[in-house]
Order: sequence, then C-alpha cells, then structure tokens
Amino acid sequence: MDVVLRAEAIGKVYGGIVALDDVDFDIERGRVAVLIGENGAGKTTLIRILAGVEPPTRGRLLLDGRPVRFDSPRAAAAAGIAIIHQELSLFPDLTVAENVFAGCEPRRLGVVADRARAERETRAVLERLEQPIDPRARCGGLPLGQQQIVEIARALTREARVLIMDEPTSALSSAEVTALFRLIRELRARGTAIVYVSHRLEELMEIGDRLTVLRDGRRVAVAEAADASVGWIVEQMIGRSVAATAGRPAPAAGEPLLGVEGLSLRREDGRPLLDDVSLGVAAGEVVGLYGLMGAGRTELLECLAGARTPSAGAIRLRGEAIERLDLPARLNRGVFLVPEDRQGAGIFPSLSVAHNMTLASLRAHVRRFALSPVAERETVARMASELAIASATPEIRIGALSGGNQQKVVIARALLTRPRVLLLDEPTRGIDVGAKAELRALVRRLAEGGVGIVFVSSDLEEVVGVADRIVVLSNGRVTGRFASSEASHEELVAAAALGHGRTAGKDAA
Amino acid sequence: MSLLVRLRALVALAVLVVVFSYLTPAFLTQGNLVMLAKHVALNAILALGMTFVVLSGGIDLSVGSIAGLAGMTAGWLLHDGLVLRPLGVVVYFSAPAVIGIGLLVGLAVGALNGLLVVRARVAPFIATLGTLYVARGAALLISGGATFPNLVGRADLGNTGFTLLGTGTLLKLPAPIWMMAALGMAFAFVAGRTPFGRRVYAVGDNERAAALVGIRVARVKLAVYMMSGFCAALTGLIIAAQLQAAHPATGATFELSAIAAVVLGGTSLSGGRGSVGGTLVGAFVIGVLNDGLVLLGVSEFWQIVIKGVVIVAAVVVDQLASRPGTGAVPGRQR
Repeated sequence: MDVVLRAEAIGKVYGGIVALDDVDFDIERGRVAVLIGENGAGKTTLIRILAGVEPPTRGRLLLDGRPVRFDSPRAAAAAGIAIIHQELSLFPDLTVAENVFAGCEPRRLGVVADRARAERETRAVLERLEQPIDPRARCGGLPLGQQQIVEIARALTREARVLIMDEPTSALSSAEVTALFRLIRELRARGTAIVYVSHRLEELMEIGDRLTVLRDGRRVAVAEAADASVGWIVEQMIGRSVAATAGRPAPAAGEPLLGVEGLSLRREDGRPLLDDVSLGVAAGEVVGLYGLMGAGRTELLECLAGARTPSAGAIRLRGEAIERLDLPARLNRGVFLVPEDRQGAGIFPSLSVAHNMTLASLRAHVRRFALSPVAERETVARMASELAIASATPEIRIGALSGGNQQKVVIARALLTRPRVLLLDEPTRGIDVGAKAELRALVRRLAEGGVGIVFVSSDLEEVVGVADRIVVLSNGRVTGRFASSEASHEELVAAAALGHGRTAGKDAA
Repeated sequence: MSLLVRLRALVALAVLVVVFSYLTPAFLTQGNLVMLAKHVALNAILALGMTFVVLSGGIDLSVGSIAGLAGMTAGWLLHDGLVLRPLGVVVYFSAPAVIGIGLLVGLAVGALNGLLVVRARVAPFIATLGTLYVARGAALLISGGATFPNLVGRADLGNTGFTLLGTGTLLKLPAPIWMMAALGMAFAFVAGRTPFGRRVYAVGDNERAAALVGIRVARVKLAVYMMSGFCAALTGLIIAAQLQAAHPATGATFELSAIAAVVLGGTSLSGGRGSVGGTLVGAFVIGVLNDGLVLLGVSEFWQIVIKGVVIVAAVVVDQLASRPGTGAVPGRQR
C-alpha cells in the first residue's frame, strides 16, 4: 500500500464543539478514498484540514511519511494537494480560462500574463472532460453545472498528486457525472490519489476503492468498496441496523392549517429547485422535512413564508389562498420563518437582546403612540424565563450570546407574533447539546398548544424524535412520506439519496 | 467604564469647552455661545436627517444641493412669483406657503433618492451623487445662476415674514436654535421610541433578517431619504431667510460636514448603530472646534487640518470600542 498523504489522530474543536475526534485517514496513490457520513459528521472539516484551509487542533499530517504542516491552502497546493470545493469558489466576472489559472497564470518573460496559452490549456482540459465550454466565456454567465466543471478543470490543471473532491456532482447532470467519472478513472490509472466525498451512495459504490465512514466526528468504519453494500454503509452512518424509534402516538388530527399543492420553483437557468411539491400541515402537528443539502428544503420554507416566489403551485392557510401575499402579509396571518442562516438572516448582531426579540411584534408594545420600555421589559423577562434564555442582561448585544441562546431569542421573536404555522429551518444547527434538547422539547410543547410546525433537520434522530410525520425531499421532489412511528432510518436515508425517482413510502400524507 | 465609552462624544465636547474656556475668555460668553449654537443649528439639522439615512445603511450626498434648491425655490416664489403666462397673471404665495413648497421640494428630491435606491437598486452613494448634481443644476437653472436679493417680501403682495425663519427670536434665542432643538427631540423620540425608528436600525444592521421579520425594507428606506430631504430643504430655507437672499451655490459641501457630525456622534457608516443624540453632540463638537480655533486665532488652514484629524480619530476610537465580543452597545446614549 502506497500512502501519499496520511492524517493521524486528527482532532478539531470549534468554540467548544468537537467536530473531529481522533480520526485516521489514509490517501493512497492511484486509488479513490471515499469519505461518507451524514451532514455534520465531520467530512468537510477533515477535507479542509487536508487542504490547509484550517489547522487541526490535534494530530498531524504525514506526506510521504514525513510530518508536514500546511499553514495555508497555498502551502498545501505547493505540496501537490488540490481541492474542489463543495461551494463554488469561482470569480463570476472573470473568464473561464482566467478562473482556471487564477493565482498561477502562465507568464511570458515572467511578467506578462500569457492569455493565449492559458486559453489553449484550458480548452485542452475541458476537452478531456468532454465539455465544449468556451475558455473566453464569463464564468458567472454559465449554468451551475458548467461552473462546477470549471472548478474541476482548475484542480486538474494543477497536476495535483492528491485531488480532493467535496461533493463535485451535486450540480451535475448524469452525462456530466459520467464524463467526470471517466476522468477520475484516468487520473487514478496515472497514479493520482483521489479523495471523494458525496452523499450519493450509489455513486460512492461505483467510483470508490476504499470507504471511510465518519459519524459525529469519529471514524467508525473502514472497508474496501468491493466488500461493502449500501445497507452496510447506512448502518455505519446512523449507528445501528434497524431504527429503534421512539414511536409517537399519532396525534388527534387537528384542523388543517397549511396546504401546499404542486409547488414548483425554477432557478434562473431553468433547472428545478422544487418540483411539484405537495404538503399539508395541521394544527398541533410537527411535520419533519428531511433531505440532504441542496434537496430544496430551505427553498420550500422560503416559498411558504413568502421570501421567494414559486413559479407554480398553490399555498393555502386555513383555506385562504396566500401564494400571492407578500411576506409581511403572511406574517400577519400567522406564518413565520426561522431561517437556517442564523448569523446572516436571523439575528441583528448590533442590536440588543431585547430589541432583537421584540422586532417582529413592535405594535404589541406600543402604548399611547410610543414603544413602552416597561412593556418590552416585561415581555423580554417573560420569554427569557419561558425559554430559559441565559443572558446577563437584555441590554447586551445579541452577538455576545452563545449560539443556542441566540436561537432561543430568534424563536422568542417568532412566538411573540403568535404564529399559527412556524417554519423552522435547521433550528438546532450549530448549538450545543443541552440547548438542542431544550429546543426540541419546546417544539413539541408549541405543537401541543396548537401551532402547526414544519421542522427541517439534517439530523435523522432529531427528525424522527420531534416530528409526527416526515416528508423526505431529494432534488426538489418529495421522495418519501412516513409516519415517524413507522419510519426506519434506512428508509429515510434511502429516500433522501434517491435521484429523481418514484415516491417511496408508506402512508401518503 | 462602559458608560464613559458610551458617552465619549459628550466627554470630548466637554473637554473642548473646558480647554477653550481656559485658553480664551471670549469663548464662554453668552453672545459667543448663542452665535455658536446658531451656526451649529444649520449643520445639525442637516445631520439629523442624515442620521436616519446612515442608520439604515445608506448615505445622502445630495443634502447640500437640496438646501440650495429649496432656498432658490423660495427666493424665486417670493421675488418673481409664479408667472402663469396663458392667464396673464402672477401668483404670489404667502410666506408659510413658500416655506411649505420649499419643504415639498426637499421631500420630492428625497423621494427620488429613495426610489433610485429601492426600485432601481442604485447604490446610495451613486444615487445621491447623481441627485447632488441634478439638484444643484436645477438651482442654477431657476435664476440662470443669479441671486434672488431682498426676500423680505412686500406687504402689498402679502408675502412678508419669510425672513423670520432665520432672524426671528423667541426668549432671546434665534429661531434656528429652536428648530434644531425641536427636530432633535422629535427625531430622538422617533429613533428610540417608535416602531419606525426600531425598523431603521434593523434594516441598517441586517437587511435580510429585517425582511424576514416582516419589515417592508423599501418603505423604510424611502422614508429615511425623504426625512433627509426635508431636513436639507429646511436648512436651505433658513439660510435664505438669514441672508434675506437666495444664492444658487448655497449648501455646496455641506453634506461633508453633516456626515462628519453623524460619524463623530458615534453612528456607524455601515448602519444599525448610532443615535440622534450623538449626532447633535457631534455637530456641536465641530461647531465648538470651529469657533474656538477662530477665537484663538489659529490659521484657517490649520483649522481644516485639525477637523480632519478629529474626525478620523473619533472613528478610530469607535472601532476600538466596538470590537466584537465586548458586549457593549456603543452609540446608544439617549
């Protein structure tokens, strides 16, 4: 076995949260090393460490058996490690060729950029990928799939010894995937070591040589791809063979609150983000929305809240058509979205905890033409004790609170609008375990109080534990509907990994 | 400590007053202070409107030009009247009506700024830079570049009284000081105690989040630019009334002093942080600095240098005080 790059006992801690714990990972010459795990298992963190984007908290990297430290992605690149990021890192206003050679432009006389050569070499790489993309085209104008190809071409031109691909196929069509796989095999035959990360299990079985499974930041299993089955992988990912779900008795069916029919949403280039999604939420019910990254969960919630305009479909709230109403109008009728991106779209970092909390319910705090500080203080104190928000005083900036407490403030803000339907997008992401448990309990309590809740989570256990029913999205389509008491983890994972396919499920919800 | 940080603009003002009183006996006299406040009032009124724009995350470079345009509109209506050729009549408006029309001009240009920002999605800096030129050009076009002299009005036309806006007094204090005080209190109330004020902060701090909590971001932005246009027009009218003449170049570069006052008052140019009270203090810091340096006989050129240094130093202090993680909410003094 010919190990090019070895990660030894790698640990990584982010602000008290352990992302990786004692992980070993070998990358061999001429083989494809696959990393598998659920969202948040630590795959991306490990890759970032390998590529020099972040230093490990513990452990070391060995290149050809010698310890190395990569202080920057540049240092890793100099050592022959190239990475294709999950999120595109292209310059939209530069041409394809300029992007491919960004940072290492071929030069004439050491100074002048040799554009002709850059374009020639770019064209050659794209031909190997069987992509007729014009090297002079502006990158931002290309469809997403082609942009991903450019990203791949960039890594290929670096003549890397180790090529890391983080979900390279998430935006590719099946023909593009086929071409990419042919190229990966070609590189492998020439001795390049490849790290491949993907959620699509069939893909991993097809291209992988050696599988490493991560769960909760730990390496839980390693196997040769030839010896592994999809069932075995799922078992390793979620930690047991058959889900021992804490079955929840089906709730008394409440009044139907929200009805979604045939909702579709298209991207600018015409590819569907949501495709004919139908969904119902009743009072007192928690509907779990499960799916992989990019499955369309966030887009669905945004369409429901009015933050995006779907291209087709009907949305009804207690029988009233609301799809033409804007976000504030829907909010007044009781639909409130707690966004996934807490820092970017949830909190107001410069404002105090109190001001963050009352922002959506200011009118309720007006007494005689002015906001009443007394009324606001009462509200904040009440919500702080109700949700156990730990904040020294309500006057401090919300940025000073922990993630869990910030999220509680955001949810308190939502509750103060007396919502009928609460849309929670990954409400427990990035918060500590204790706060997670509290938030889940709160969600159940709210449902018992008659609120209809749509709960998005990438955490299987959480979805099964919190939701009454689970709807699985994959590539913008509903690929499964389950009662959470009957859903097995295996079925859920399988439905989420489905390409464009049939509905797999038990009771049609 | 945190109180000291929060009140640092006020502390700076107090230090300046003490230093100048010590250095020159002419500073701390009633006559000097009233004159100082009268000068400060003009910049302060501009800066009060600017404060809301900056809190919302924008900037308004057109205020000086709006002041000039409003003054010229008033001068034109008082001096020439509105000539309706087809009817063969000339309409003269009463002084309050002239003031009202002048303020409407300010609101209209402010609305244009707002629409450019929210509808055409032009960056505030560029949108208001454009209206800076357009409004200045319009002011020059009204008279072909000439000044409208003698705005006292004529009793037989029923349009006297306009100049009281600049020269009138109440309890021995000039009208502009009263207007500054009234606007300052009103705006502080709006910023601190009304839902609208809270929304302005929210939009400036995190526009995406603001939209998701149901704030109609476009309306808030339109409103702040109109407020700024109103304040600018009022300033222009006061200047015309004080001079009893309207000059088309009035207000050039006023936008810079107004922005300086806002920034000195602790309002962040990136939006979301700051206060109306801070802006008033900032305007006074600039005013006291001007006045004191003149009394001390410091060279006019050095005065300009010192003002620049003070503005940058204030922002540096701000940056140090509001480093993330300190938990303090700076610029929140009431």
